[in-house]
Amino acid sequence: MPDLQASAQHVIDHARKAGATTADVMIREDNSFSVTVRMGEVETLKEAISRSLMLRVFVGKRTATSHTSDLNDKMVEQLVDETVEMAKLTSEDESGGLPDEAVRRDGFADLQLLDPSWDDLTPAERIDLAVQTEAAALSTDKAITNSEGSSFEYTRSKTALANTRGFNGAYEGTGGALFCVPIAQSKDGMQRDHWMSAARHRKQMESPQEIGKKAAARALRRLGARKVPTGEVAVVFDPLSARSLLGHVFEAVSGSAIYRRSSFLIDQIGASVAADNITIVDDALMPAGLGSSPFDDEGVPTRVTPIIENGVLRNYLHSAYTARKLSGRPTGNGSRAASGVVTIGPTNFYLKAGQYTPDEIISSIKKGLYVVELIGFGVNTVTGDYSRGAVGIWIEDGKFVHPVQEVTIAGNLREMLKNIEMVGNDVTFLGSIAAPTLKVTNMVISGE
Amino acid sequence: MELTRSIFSEKYSVTVTDLETYLNEALSRGGDYADLYFEYRINHAIVLEEQIIKSATKGVNLGVGVRVISGEKTGYAHSDDLNRDNIIKAARTAAFIANASTHGGKVQVPTPLNPGRNLYSIPVFPAELEIAQKIRLLRDADLAARAYDPRITQVQASYVDETKHVLIVTSDGKASWDLQPMVRMNVMCIAEEGGKRQSGYQGGGGRRALEVFTGDLDPKALAQESARQAILQLAAVDAPAGPMEVVLGPGWPGILLHEAIGHGLEADFNRKKTSAFAGLVGQKVASELCTVVDDGTIPFRRGSLNVDDEGNPTNQTVLIEKGILQGYLQDRLSAKLMKSDLTGNGRRQSYDHIPLPRMTNTFMMAGESDPEDIIRSVKKGLYAVQFGGGQVDITSGKFVFSASEAYLIEDGHITAPVKGATLIGDGPTVLRQVTAVGNDLKLDQGIGICGKDGQTIPVSVGLPTIKIREITVGGTEK
Repeated sequence: MPDLQASAQHVIDHARKAGATTADVMIREDNSFSVTVRMGEVETLKEAISRSLMLRVFVGKRTATSHTSDLNDKMVEQLVDETVEMAKLTSEDESGGLPDEAVRRDGFADLQLLDPSWDDLTPAERIDLAVQTEAAALSTDKAITNSEGSSFEYTRSKTALANTRGFNGAYEGTGGALFCVPIAQSKDGMQRDHWMSAARHRKQMESPQEIGKKAAARALRRLGARKVPTGEVAVVFDPLSARSLLGHVFEAVSGSAIYRRSSFLIDQIGASVAADNITIVDDALMPAGLGSSPFDDEGVPTRVTPIIENGVLRNYLHSAYTARKLSGRPTGNGSRAASGVVTIGPTNFYLKAGQYTPDEIISSIKKGLYVVELIGFGVNTVTGDYSRGAVGIWIEDGKFVHPVQEVTIAGNLREMLKNIEMVGNDVTFLGSIAAPTLKVTNMVISGE
Repeated sequence: MELTRSIFSEKYSVTVTDLETYLNEALSRGGDYADLYFEYRINHAIVLEEQIIKSATKGVNLGVGVRVISGEKTGYAHSDDLNRDNIIKAARTAAFIANASTHGGKVQVPTPLNPGRNLYSIPVFPAELEIAQKIRLLRDADLAARAYDPRITQVQASYVDETKHVLIVTSDGKASWDLQPMVRMNVMCIAEEGGKRQSGYQGGGGRRALEVFTGDLDPKALAQESARQAILQLAAVDAPAGPMEVVLGPGWPGILLHEAIGHGLEADFNRKKTSAFAGLVGQKVASELCTVVDDGTIPFRRGSLNVDDEGNPTNQTVLIEKGILQGYLQDRLSAKLMKSDLTGNGRRQSYDHIPLPRMTNTFMMAGESDPEDIIRSVKKGLYAVQFGGGQVDITSGKFVFSASEAYLIEDGHITAPVKGATLIGDGPTVLRQVTAVGNDLKLDQGIGICGKDGQTIPVSVGLPTIKIREITVGGTEK
């Protein structure tokens, strides 16, 4: 990607000329294709090359950022000048500055992020992947009467990063995903659910048949869902809903929430914050991982960071800024939002597999709810208070009895983490954050 | 065509001939219809935290989206600049969808379509002003929040503005342009006491000049409200669990309408019969006390637009009249396929997104009850006045919205504040449970963000005080 790296270097050189003490810039180019098929017909087809440039400058201890989709040289130079002027108006911040770790380097580990064989698929073959996926779902059962569609998405993206300390690196990655959202109908109404597979390499993606069948089965098992009485029972989170719990843990251990004191996990390094069967890591080096990268969005080399080991909190996740604020070291989790501002992002943040099969976990429950979907935003990471809408299946004496909807589950994340009694062996990677099936001993269900 | 008022002709020399060329290219493979969406958007953001100005950000988005429709199929591509060759390339890519050998639909000469109104006519766009003026707003907010109570330990105040130029040209001969301002301020506080921590939040804005930040939206007022909520929550008790009578306060709790019925009435879901509301037009879906409208024409509101993102004038659309479902929110594609009138609800996040039927400003008309009488009429229930976000499963119709400030009602009196809790209900039936509607309709203060298919857009909601006979409250206190 010499073109992107050269452009990045040009921006850095211009920033220095414009009066920046230090600066870094990231340029991303995404070549993307997506198709949605519904009831066997193509509904939308989208193809584009998108570019974005994200710049950060420091003038002494003051900083400003900017971003643009217009990479025209003149436009970019003008934006660099404006960014430098803007920085002069912000406050001095002792913790600001480029990361000390982001210096000139030769070569990066090959994390197998790229599979050029995706490009061999013709548009017709890509469309066919979505068609086959939906067809598999529609043919599963006559109760699958409708569909929100199936889609195939593919992106090949290049990322280049340069700074005034001599760092200039780039990497390229691919990612494909197949989604299926069938609708099942009975006299009780309609239910939809979905299944998907996402992978950097073609051969890692589940087949259209597998995805379609799983999606259909998920929708079918929700037919006839009803409320259950309000009470306190065991709750099992399937890997998809467990993933959202991990998302809340990620927010709570991110350095920005810690220095803002807006996390229920502040001041707890070395303390037991979860059941002793819980181990969570952030692993940027996982080969072909969806969240893997050789360096973060600030040029810091990435690594494996233990977050919780056997229930004990080990580390928070840092950018250069939050590391300085909290006297830590950057963990390679600097992430640039679309606005260009550096925040904290997960790489491959997941809860390590336990010893139980999902069936063993379900069998262990006398009375409880198996959660397959959570909706709403009722989670307060400052206090850990948790209350979300849930869809699932009622369990009695170790067996699924009937589907459940229009209920909430509530508790506090602090207690929920300590009450994870069983951990499944089925970690499911669909993005940067992943989890296996998890059993929480008791939560309050609100229904009838 | 007089494109002279548009920045795309003034600054980027886009001519009528260019537009015709692009549209002809888009229809070169036989599509029925094509449109171009030119966008030039500038935004600024400033963040104050720990009593210093931590960051200032500027963003530039420039590009063109090309859409081709052939039957029910949509082809879409975009260019990240206004380079002629790149737009032609995007038009050819979008044209691929039509996949026919014959030459397609005819391109009519674009003629300007102007709704003859400006819903956000302001003297000076916030984006044009000196950064120092905006920093002053944040400093005022910070001082006011800290002065409110010594237990306030953290204050984060942020300011964002946006100026968006759009030019929308269609193959059936319509050209519209618009200049859309937006401004917003947020204040987030953390309160700490005896090892307990709580947060509070308040924000506001609209398609306004910087003077919007006076009165209720004065930085001091925003900060004090944010601080008040954080302090209040320190004393909150566990929220109740189970079904109960609920009174929603006026304004932002209108998020109930947005989730419970608004999304379910977007035409695409109904055309595809994937919404729980499909086929219910003409039927009773709410108590006769309820009249709900979506109105994109309210001056200066966050969800308002002179023209929607397909170039059609926005409207006031009655969704529910005295309990009876009236119709859906349409974009061009769904209106055509459903043989329905356009409602001006085709919206998109930006030039790299396909337009979809979306809400604008959605609210319930005022009723006749005195809000105080409504509260007095409740023996045991919940009074919820501030909410976080909400979400809906449009197929099953089940929706949630999460209260961030709520109180118990005991024997007609508001008593203890309770911790945040999610309320869950069923869209097509929840409004049938409305037993009182207050005379105090209020729109929210300008903070709504709505997400659909990965696209976020600004919206507004509104509600008078209402009483709901029964809805499930997701607390922990059984």
